[in-house]
Amino acid sequence: MNRQAILEVSGITKKFGGITALNNVSFSIHTGEILGIIGPNGSGKTTIVNCITGFIKMTSGKIYFKGKNITGKPAHKIADMGVTRTFQIMRPYYSLPAYKNVVIPLFSPRAKRTGGWRGGGKLGDRNTVGIDILEEIGFERDSFVPYKMASTLPTGYLKRLELARCLALKPEIIICDEVFSGLSMSEIASMVPLIERLQMDGITVIMIEHRLRELFRVANRIMVMNFGEKIAEGTADEVMADKTVKEAYFGSKEVEEVMDYA
Amino acid sequence: MEKRRKERIDRGIMVRSDSIYALMSWRELAYLAAPRMLLIIGMLLLPLVPESWNWQGTVTLVCVYAMLAISFDFLAHYIGLVSLGGAFFVGVGGYLAGILNTTYGIPPLYTIPVAALGGGVICTLLLLPCLALRGVYFAIVTLMYPLLLVRLIEALDILGGTDGLLGIDGFSNPWVEQYLVIIMVLLFLFGIRRMVNMDIGLVFRGVKDNDQAVRASGINIFYYKGLAIFIASSLGCLAGACIIYIFMWAGISLFVLDYSILPIAATVIGGAGTLVGPVLGCLILIPISELLRDFGTLRIVFYSLILVGFIVFKSEGIMVWAQRKYHQIERWTKI
Ligand SMILES: Nc1ncnc2c1ncn2[C@@H]1O[C@H](COP(=O)(O)OP(=O)(O)O)[C@@H](O)[C@H]1O
Ligand SMILES: [Mg+2]
Repeated sequence: MNRQAILEVSGITKKFGGITALNNVSFSIHTGEILGIIGPNGSGKTTIVNCITGFIKMTSGKIYFKGKNITGKPAHKIADMGVTRTFQIMRPYYSLPAYKNVVIPLFSPRAKRTGGWRGGGKLGDRNTVGIDILEEIGFERDSFVPYKMASTLPTGYLKRLELARCLALKPEIIICDEVFSGLSMSEIASMVPLIERLQMDGITVIMIEHRLRELFRVANRIMVMNFGEKIAEGTADEVMADKTVKEAYFGSKEVEEVMDYA
Repeated sequence: MEKRRKERIDRGIMVRSDSIYALMSWRELAYLAAPRMLLIIGMLLLPLVPESWNWQGTVTLVCVYAMLAISFDFLAHYIGLVSLGGAFFVGVGGYLAGILNTTYGIPPLYTIPVAALGGGVICTLLLLPCLALRGVYFAIVTLMYPLLLVRLIEALDILGGTDGLLGIDGFSNPWVEQYLVIIMVLLFLFGIRRMVNMDIGLVFRGVKDNDQAVRASGINIFYYKGLAIFIASSLGCLAGACIIYIFMWAGISLFVLDYSILPIAATVIGGAGTLVGPVLGCLILIPISELLRDFGTLRIVFYSLILVGFIVFKSEGIMVWAQRKYHQIERWTKI
């Protein structure tokens, strides 16, 4: 099958002073695919997200979205094109109720054009659309939860709120930076179908995760980072069988767990 | 001894659904309208005190400071930009109105709006490069500009140099002067309150709360911050334009620090983030400051004492406290 790459990352390098957080990393992702990125803490995963979405300027390298060079574009322009992200350290509007957190992205030019997730090109009443989106990602519509202050919501809901912000833009790509971390087993279990549904809706997903078992269930392809370099790429079985990956994860409980499972 | 705690209950009338009050009766309408009417009528009555009080100049001054305080409160608590730019705005607006009036002979009534909008554009353009700065760094830049402009005017001897611009018109009479500024304060107060409760206000709050999330939402935060600065600096320039017609003089003292500091003190006293509070704060602070004028520089001591007193004993500010008392019943309950 000849599928087109929706996002192409070509040789990006990022230096923070003396630290090389990313060293010549290249990869691409096809439309509708779910790419998992794994790697030990500090291996540069979040830095990749920041470079793609324009939150930091990279030292060198190029990024193409649908064949268009988006290198160096400001963050809001990249989001406007449909390349959205969640934050590993969640960034809700704490002083606002949950649904208003989704209403703010609905004021973006992109949401006005697209109507938000399932908007079909027309943006209805923003408060209603906001609550619709929250309901779709697991907020109980008829409860108090959508109306509660974001500062009072538990982690599980805040992670969903991060996704809701992306969905409000009717995104083409969602980059999830550790949306499973800090969640209980049952919470993750309820998030997994959500990710699968994104894929069915044609959204391309990049998932950065530490929870390998859950990641391997949804991801089509896995890429492994270590010390700012890409050390392996392939299916879950392939990368787990890789010698360098084993070394990077040497002794890690998670890997053993997953190896058992695989 | 039995334990007691203070319980706070919303009054029944506070039936709210998404910031729209569900009005049920005339009584409830009165409940909501009363504080607003009290403020409007109170402000309109200000110029009517007996002339022997020597109060007229003070009313105008209160209003001018109130504009600066609203401008500060709006920027700080709705967009999250802490500005010490009162003096900057006043100076730019004042000089602009002064030039238009002396050089081109345009009457005050026209120069005031032109100076407000034009000054707003100038201040915004000068502050745009600093929008990426956060917190105290932005504040410092807004504080630097007045110093810089004063030095420029002195060194290059432009715009009248240290003598200032002479021969500026005054208002035709004190009534016009007082009611003009009072009405402008009320218009801006209710106008900005309206705006922050509208759609654009929500995005402003988003920028204040978490500007990175706003960027991730495909919204240009520079546009919104720039717009907010334009609104706030226009209001400050408006105050500056009024000031020169009150003193019939425009000079480097327009850049004096009082215009940056007093509005902040008034905001602290009146209740930060309420917009009305800063106006109340000016109504208290400015007359006191005028009364203390005889003490010369010693009045700074009195100010500071009042300010410290407020921060220690009523840090929420008068308005926040008053709103709570008005909307909630407090009572002691056993636990
Ligand atoms: N803003 C920054 N300034 C300096 N160093 C940074 C910054 N962001 C990340 N780093 C460094 O870059 C490396 C990669 O970090 P990060 O991408 O957050 O890793 P991961 O997300 O894989 O845990 C780390 O060594 C981190 O200390
Ligand atoms: Mg990370």
